[in-house]
Amino acid sequence: MKKFFISLTAPALAFVFAIAVTWILLIATGHNPVSTFKSMGSYGIKPDSLTLTVNLAVTYYLSAIAVAIGFRMNLFNIGVDGQYRLAALVAAAVGGVLHLPPVIDVALIILTAVVVGAIWGSIAAVLKTRRGVSEVISTIMLNYIATGVIAFLLTPSLLAVAVAGSSNIGTRPIPANGQVPGFKLLAGASEQVYGMIGLAVIVGFGYWYLLNRTRFGFDLRASGLSATAAVASGVDAKKMVFRTMMLSGAVAGLVGIPTLLGISYSYSLDFPTGLGFTGVAIALLGRNSPIGVAFGALLWAFLDSSRQILDLTGVSKEIVTVMQGVAVLAVVVAYEVVRRYRVVQQQREVGKHLGSEHAPVEAAVQS
Amino acid sequence: MHRALKMAAVMAAGALALAGCSSSSTPATSTSPSASPSSAIKVGMAYDIGGRGDKSFNDMAAAGLDKAAQQFGIQTKELQAVAGETDQQKAARLDLLASNGYNPVIAVGFAYAGAVKTEAAKFPAVNFAIIDDSSNAAPNVANLIFSANESSYLMGVLAATATKTGTVGFIGGVNVPLLQSFQAGFDQGVKDTKPSVKVIDKYLTQPPDFGGFNDPAKGKITAQGMFDAGADIVYAAAGGSGGGVFTAAKAAGKLAIGVDSDQYLSADPAVQSVILSSALKRVDTAVFNMIQASVNGAPLVGVTLFDLKNNGVGAAESNAAYAPYKSAVDAAAQNIIAGTITVKNAL
Repeated sequence: MKKFFISLTAPALAFVFAIAVTWILLIATGHNPVSTFKSMGSYGIKPDSLTLTVNLAVTYYLSAIAVAIGFRMNLFNIGVDGQYRLAALVAAAVGGVLHLPPVIDVALIILTAVVVGAIWGSIAAVLKTRRGVSEVISTIMLNYIATGVIAFLLTPSLLAVAVAGSSNIGTRPIPANGQVPGFKLLAGASEQVYGMIGLAVIVGFGYWYLLNRTRFGFDLRASGLSATAAVASGVDAKKMVFRTMMLSGAVAGLVGIPTLLGISYSYSLDFPTGLGFTGVAIALLGRNSPIGVAFGALLWAFLDSSRQILDLTGVSKEIVTVMQGVAVLAVVVAYEVVRRYRVVQQQREVGKHLGSEHAPVEAAVQS
Repeated sequence: MHRALKMAAVMAAGALALAGCSSSSTPATSTSPSASPSSAIKVGMAYDIGGRGDKSFNDMAAAGLDKAAQQFGIQTKELQAVAGETDQQKAARLDLLASNGYNPVIAVGFAYAGAVKTEAAKFPAVNFAIIDDSSNAAPNVANLIFSANESSYLMGVLAATATKTGTVGFIGGVNVPLLQSFQAGFDQGVKDTKPSVKVIDKYLTQPPDFGGFNDPAKGKITAQGMFDAGADIVYAAAGGSGGGVFTAAKAAGKLAIGVDSDQYLSADPAVQSVILSSALKRVDTAVFNMIQASVNGAPLVGVTLFDLKNNGVGAAESNAAYAPYKSAVDAAAQNIIAGTITVKNAL
């Protein structure tokens, strides 16, 4: 129980620290921190803002889980960004031409996204296992290549269609059978929560099950804790890298799905970008745990949706970006501090035990 | 694991820093200072990425807003976008303005098309305006669009007439259909005037990387390449990246053409002389007209096209070096207005 509280102190400390830094920054820029946080809070808990928070959190969560899968094995999939964008584009294009019964249609679109994400993710895996290229470098580069490939594919002669009167271009809109209706989570909300929120729950549960209840998960965690020990106990390191990157890419492929099937129905020039990097930050914030990441995603999304109000009150919105950045750094630092505290505690415990064992001996000698 | 964490932290910080860069912000509030006849309406404006201070598209919109604020004594509120938003986030921004009594609400940039559609349906009593998009025919939406291909055609005529080397360049900020219409007009203008002149066409970035609208370094290097390849006039339809093109032109002793506003007037005095002209796109006029109509109680709805005919687009004439070519450009403009020349709108 004590251990549980200690593990909670780290993120709590980090969050308090982030608020403190933001507080100072607000004062330094001549704003009132109390009223600023108050206005964010009261705007943030409006039904529509909360709906937006949940929707953002769904995509953030998927992205963070994709990153976390790699993190657990010390693999850095910085390429989630490229993987989900490319996957969303191809899935949108496929969805645009499909005319199948509703459930099958949606399943096929999701499958396409998963496969494309996995393939794009496995390129980095091949490079790493065959050629020893660091996945950090290759996945970052693959993001740029994905951007190029998308630009090439998203032209009217290939996957895109021009919309009359619009300066935007996108894939053919996914017909009703491929759309996933949302629902109203809160009374008084005019916006709907993505139906694909279920996908995030399934992925989260799957991630937990895979890590803790399967041999693959055990191998993955073992490789992450000590690659050499894992190899010594019979884990095929190359195979693990390959499978993990592919799995990470597959989950990354899902990142764009809630937006695609829930609201945009088409991959166009203004499809959200950069979610992969948000995922890296949230995976760190949530310490790669399925529940921790969920809280991280919700917190991040809450900050993102509630900061809209700041412009209206004349405070620069970027203050929230600072807060998010500080929170991530502080979490990393706080865990280190807590870890050291634990080590000291342990040493003290051990010392105490040793001390009490020695005591009788001394007593015996004295008497 | 430790090293891993540290590295990850650095990466995350880097990603955040990058995200921060793309949305540099300036104070977003302004209420009319010297209001003469105070009007009761409150105007809300939602900018695209870059916002007020981008020395380009958004700034033109801001100029229109400022002018209207001064003239009509209206209250204004300006909200900025951040990079990588969803339609819902954009809609929430418009929602904020509409629900706080701002009417009209002006959305700057085609990226707001989806958001305007949802919000216009949600607030039927509020008038919305969107710039560079005409896909939405709701009765409370004004679509403010421009024939940028026509002004670009004029720049093509200018470049073809003024070139000595027989090669000219076109630099587009981002390879999107909107910019392709600039290129189409420019290329056609060059070919119609002097078929022997060669045009080098380049875009700085590919979507979804919209950095090409605000990357002077990229603009400079690309323009340098064109000058090295023999071009002597480069048309920079690249927003904030144009500054780099002007620097390159100055260094190479060549010429450049600006875009959107009269960049001869706004550019750094050191490079001013190389800006032969600019393809004007009067976003400021569009914004002003929209507000004026609302002040007069008859808000704009439907499509309003700003073209050569109504001076919504045109050629800037403030550089004295432009004078020798004025007659050729004006003749082409007359032909376009009269309908004897039809300018292509797409490649």
